[in-house]
Amino acid sequence: MSTPFYVSPEQVMRDKSDYARKGIARGRSVLVMTYADGILLCGENPNKALHKISEIYDRIAFAAVGKYNEFENLRVAGVRYADFTGYRYDRIDVTSRGLANAYAQQLGAIFTEAGKPFEVELTVAEVGPSVADDQLYRLTFDGMVQEEHGFIVMGGTADPITAVLREEHVADADLDTAVRLALKALSTPAEGAERRDIPVDAIEAAVLDRTRPRRAFKRLTAERLSTILGTTSS
Amino acid sequence: MRLPEGSTVEAPHGTTIVAVTHAGGVIMAGDRRATMGNIIAQRDIEKVFPADDYSCVGIAGTAGLAIEMVRLFQVELEHYEKLEGSTMSLDGKANRLSNMIRGNLAMAMQGLAVVPLFAGYDLEKRVGRIFSYDVTGGRYEEHSFHSVGSGSVFARGALKKKYREDATEADAVRMSVDALYDAADDDSATGGPDLARRIFPVVMTVTADGLRRVPEDEVSAVVEAIVAERMTRPGG
Repeated sequence: MSTPFYVSPEQVMRDKSDYARKGIARGRSVLVMTYADGILLCGENPNKALHKISEIYDRIAFAAVGKYNEFENLRVAGVRYADFTGYRYDRIDVTSRGLANAYAQQLGAIFTEAGKPFEVELTVAEVGPSVADDQLYRLTFDGMVQEEHGFIVMGGTADPITAVLREEHVADADLDTAVRLALKALSTPAEGAERRDIPVDAIEAAVLDRTRPRRAFKRLTAERLSTILGTTSS
Repeated sequence: MRLPEGSTVEAPHGTTIVAVTHAGGVIMAGDRRATMGNIIAQRDIEKVFPADDYSCVGIAGTAGLAIEMVRLFQVELEHYEKLEGSTMSLDGKANRLSNMIRGNLAMAMQGLAVVPLFAGYDLEKRVGRIFSYDVTGGRYEEHSFHSVGSGSVFARGALKKKYREDATEADAVRMSVDALYDAADDDSATGGPDLARRIFPVVMTVTADGLRRVPEDEVSAVVEAIVAERMTRPGG
């Protein structure tokens, strides 16, 4: 019988992190940001049927980057968690904090116990009665949760996008302004790379609109996006 | 749970629900009375609920069980919609409800039956459709109009005389409320419009644009017109 090689736990964790980070950076970025009437979720996704942005519950949405089968798994678990909690107790008892905790537990367990970590990064967003009440949670592959304010950029080359938003994001912008800013940020190239315009039908966008009763989640269709973006050129 | 022979559980019961199709979709309306034996248990209960954006469900039978069944049904439709990314077909929804009613068969045998009426807009066939059920979960598609509950025979008689193929949405609302008035006229377990307390039937309309609850002021205008007409012709 051969003796297995000794690998230190530090090395195992580092390797797992590098592996997950690389997987996440391969895809395109998704951003989530607040605006006057709610939260905008937007990303490049030429695929019409396989969503990166989804509804979880009345006031809660989900955005993800990374490996589709892995974050789809988490999305389904989230919807199940939310629907079950809301049915068992009451609809107002479903909170993004509870959901973020459930995700953190699951991701953390997978990171330490499974042979391969999930190559995903998630955002759980909950729209409140006003901008100040909006909640954004970023969840990383190792089960870490961070509450963020204003905006979250995940996946791809996030740095240039984050730089644009840090500069220009304002909490009280209207939807049109927010969508235009999101597109500007997403098409900002990484240093040294060439600028790339994203075609309208390759954009997946949705809002959690705080003015809508009950289910706040609404997808923005390609027509709606072209109307909004068309106004920039005029 | 097994009850002694010949006894029943006293629990509030729901009463008359009507549904009427029209060119653009379907209307469902229900009275507001719940009874427990000869007692009026509640005079403003709501028995017509949105199931999702394109369908609604009205309940007759044991109120407690029926409301719980509707709650679960609503969650299931929304759950499916979120998981699949599309609305369930109308037939799919009707079948799901059928299954849930069958699950209650043991209770129904003890006298606690739930018999809903389901109606919705079929996004593929582009028509309003109505489904009725029996206690064993049997699902039957109804055409033009239908009603369930203790006052349903009277409501159905009224609809049979008033129904027209070319009815508009407003006509269908009027017919439904008219039929509920007739049901309340002859069935003590169905509540008539309560003008003193301003308690009017719940009316839902489902069209290609989705589900909408007809606002109370619109329903009250229809009710007042009907009541005024019945002052001179009580039979309608």
